[in-house]
Amino acid sequence: MKLTLWTYEGPPHVGAMRVATAMKGLHYVLHAPQGDTYADLLFTMIERRNHRPPVTYTTFQARDLGGDTANLFKDAAREAFVRFQPQAMIVGASCTAELIQDDPGGLAEAIGLPCPVIPLDLPSYSRKENFGADETFFQIVKVLAKPLPRTEAVTCNLIGPTALGFRHRDDVTEITRLLASMGVAVNVCAPLDATPADIARMGAAHFNVLMYPETAETAARHLEKSLGQPFTKVVPIGTHATRDFLAEVATLTGLPLPAETGLRQPWYAASVDSTYLTGKRVYIFGDGTHAIAAARIAAKEIGFEVVGLGCYNREQARPVRASAKTYGLEALITDDYLEVEAEIARLQPELILGTQMERHIAKRLGIPCAVISAPVHVQDFPARYSPQMGFEGANVIFDTWVHPLVMGLEEHLLTMFREDFEFHDAAGPSHHGAKASARPDVPAETAEASSGETSGQKMPEDAAQVTGEVIWLADAERELKKIPFFVRGKAKRNTEKFAADKGVTAISIDTLYEAKAHYAR
Amino acid sequence: MSLDTPFRSCTNTPVLKERGQREVFCGLTGIIWLHRKMQDAFFLVVGSRTCAHLLQAAAGVMIFAEPRFGTAILEEKDLAGLADANAELDREVARLLSRRPDIRQLFLVGSCPSEVIKLDLSRAAERLDARHAPNVRVLNFSGSGIETTFTEGEDACLAAMVPALPATDAAELLVVGALPDVVEDQMLALLAAIGAGPVRTLPARRSTDLPPVGANTRFILVQPFLGATHAALQVRGAKAISAPFPFGEEGSTLWFHAVAEALGLPRDRVDAVLAAPRARAQKAVAAVAQTLRGKSIFFFPDSQLEIPLARFLARECGMIPVEVGTPYLHRELMAPELALLPEGPVLSEGQDVELQLDRARAARPDLTVCGLGLANPLEAEGLATKWAIELVFTPVHFYEQAADLAGLFARPLRRHALLTPEAAE
Repeated sequence: MKLTLWTYEGPPHVGAMRVATAMKGLHYVLHAPQGDTYADLLFTMIERRNHRPPVTYTTFQARDLGGDTANLFKDAAREAFVRFQPQAMIVGASCTAELIQDDPGGLAEAIGLPCPVIPLDLPSYSRKENFGADETFFQIVKVLAKPLPRTEAVTCNLIGPTALGFRHRDDVTEITRLLASMGVAVNVCAPLDATPADIARMGAAHFNVLMYPETAETAARHLEKSLGQPFTKVVPIGTHATRDFLAEVATLTGLPLPAETGLRQPWYAASVDSTYLTGKRVYIFGDGTHAIAAARIAAKEIGFEVVGLGCYNREQARPVRASAKTYGLEALITDDYLEVEAEIARLQPELILGTQMERHIAKRLGIPCAVISAPVHVQDFPARYSPQMGFEGANVIFDTWVHPLVMGLEEHLLTMFREDFEFHDAAGPSHHGAKASARPDVPAETAEASSGETSGQKMPEDAAQVTGEVIWLADAERELKKIPFFVRGKAKRNTEKFAADKGVTAISIDTLYEAKAHYAR
Repeated sequence: MSLDTPFRSCTNTPVLKERGQREVFCGLTGIIWLHRKMQDAFFLVVGSRTCAHLLQAAAGVMIFAEPRFGTAILEEKDLAGLADANAELDREVARLLSRRPDIRQLFLVGSCPSEVIKLDLSRAAERLDARHAPNVRVLNFSGSGIETTFTEGEDACLAAMVPALPATDAAELLVVGALPDVVEDQMLALLAAIGAGPVRTLPARRSTDLPPVGANTRFILVQPFLGATHAALQVRGAKAISAPFPFGEEGSTLWFHAVAEALGLPRDRVDAVLAAPRARAQKAVAAVAQTLRGKSIFFFPDSQLEIPLARFLARECGMIPVEVGTPYLHRELMAPELALLPEGPVLSEGQDVELQLDRARAARPDLTVCGLGLANPLEAEGLATKWAIELVFTPVHFYEQAADLAGLFARPLRRHALLTPEAAE
């Protein structure tokens, strides 16, 4: 038993729904009690889909238990076939139905539906959403994809995009364009917008582009083994990764590299106004694929300092650990958001790149944040074209990550006039449109503050503050508050570490500036 | 209503009972508002990852403050042996209570998986109650989808609290059902003004204010889905006051009059107190009703609020209910409502969502009230919809909210007219 407040991933049958909902002509009969239908709203509300997910829930109730839940399943499967006329069906159990052990696969086989029926075995009490999507897609491919002669021209399949994926719709468009610029056509894109008949055509492609290892790696390996289709290992998120991806495709196909078009990110990062981005401390957390890609972009393409890196899906722990090591970090692999929050609070980054969970953590801690990975909320399904992959993806990512930060010149002005009563750091970046308010913590009159209490124990708001074993003297505490918020956390941490290392127990203004000089770079 | 056509109500309308796929939430969803209402309570769902994911999805956006609910997610080893599951539960509860010393009431909430593996949460609650008394009171109820639909979770929670309420012989009025604080304050002010005091509420905002109950307690519901709580209070000897529910000017007035009559309060004083809020509500509703008058409305089952809301919309806003679906129709509690609801609509109980969608498509109502899973797909088919869950998450009871309630139905229609001006006229 594990206490959970918020969860990064849903149960595995939600992963199966992401595959089913992405596809056309496929129907999912899910043995489940009433209430599990909540999952429909993930697709209709968060992703704004204009169709119900193609899922029939058997809706058993307490009074059915010990009675005939098996017949309920059979009736539901028969009726779903008649009503929806799918080309193929997937059948399975949600967490509760798994416990009553009705064997949906066997029951569906027994009623002999006139279409392929693919049973899913998704262990709800040990696995999660990404596993469910990966396993479901693999089972569909295993049953439906057959060896075929290769297409005459060089083609590939795009595999991995699902419903409720982070920017999957636009990534598919971007990668399709990118491949077309090399003369590679897309044979089948799946699961997104594919029919079971399309899955059956997958064998005609020369190779597979594994867009999202989270949802299609098992299928990619299966297709490699059974149909002899190699798959791409580089996920083209970021300028460097996109170039590596194109090189990988060139090697696989023997085609020449295309001319780069539309790529603006490297110049935007190189232009002088981006100087202020140098060494900004970023914390990165998400699914393994997006976290690794984000770290590479942050460190090598924008010039941030990666101070923390992790993922919530244990399946990607190994590559994430390896990636973290290249930045001199120990990866955080956890699905407990409280652990992530504690780590972020400890590291005091200047920017967080994460999921919707980290967005909430960022809001709570007052740190700028951009979203890089599922799970995401309704605002991360934008109306506009907004891919993460390919060269346009690199442009989008640059804009998205820089936007939450205070702009360079503004940062300088805030540093110069840090005590201005209107133009102060707590007002937030000026391009975000929030109303600037008067400085909330107007410094007390100097005379009043410096008279009397200096021991710091009785009047904490006025005198020194105790943090751990090191004490901040009142004037040093006030000086610290003059440092803009986006570097204040770092300054505070560095000064305390400096003091602790030097055996200083009370931090004065001098200690603060000695620490600053010590850490200067 | 014309004098020469006798009013015909839905009292004797046959009910279409359906059995099939239900597009509804389970009772766990009630935790979303109950945990904010009861400020020193924590709701610990003993369930699966699905339960945790549901609560997160139903909360829509996550609540920034650390929520006072969580899920103890069952893992494979918990399924292997119930003894171990109980030990694990005790450990998680102890850890939770040490981290949250402000918690005074802990609800162990049963789920589909915990019911199916027969994890006895009532015994677990007794055991934990003994261990953590007197600081924390531990109770249990089921919010499982195999037993409860959406708002029935609140019913199960309040019903579980009733046996533990202190006893009293005092003649007090008890108002039952979670209301937004602002609405509750308005209601208490009006009840005080008509002379109905002392008045207690269930649930109370804090466990120190738990209402006592006994043979001289008169109680009245403000929510229509509290059948089990209603029965549990009667077991404690309390006497129920039957009334329509306080939605709209008419419902609110009949509700206050029922209280006044049960307590023997002078009618003229009640009328005097209610006159001003009644006039305000009538005026405000009339303005909104201009958008609603003559429009047809179709209710998918959701919260058991459907029949009272259809009554309000038909009688005060001039809407024409086509079908009124409810997850469960409690004959006794609904009798005053059905007596007011004009004859005409199909009354349906339970659901076969595919068949009901067929009926809605055939009827093409001007407005469809449905859950979040159906709303966008129906909008895409050109049907204006109102998300039912908003009716539970918005202050809608009593006089000052009557026009807001009407407004929730008017807004989708106004929006359709704004976005498709050619279709408006």
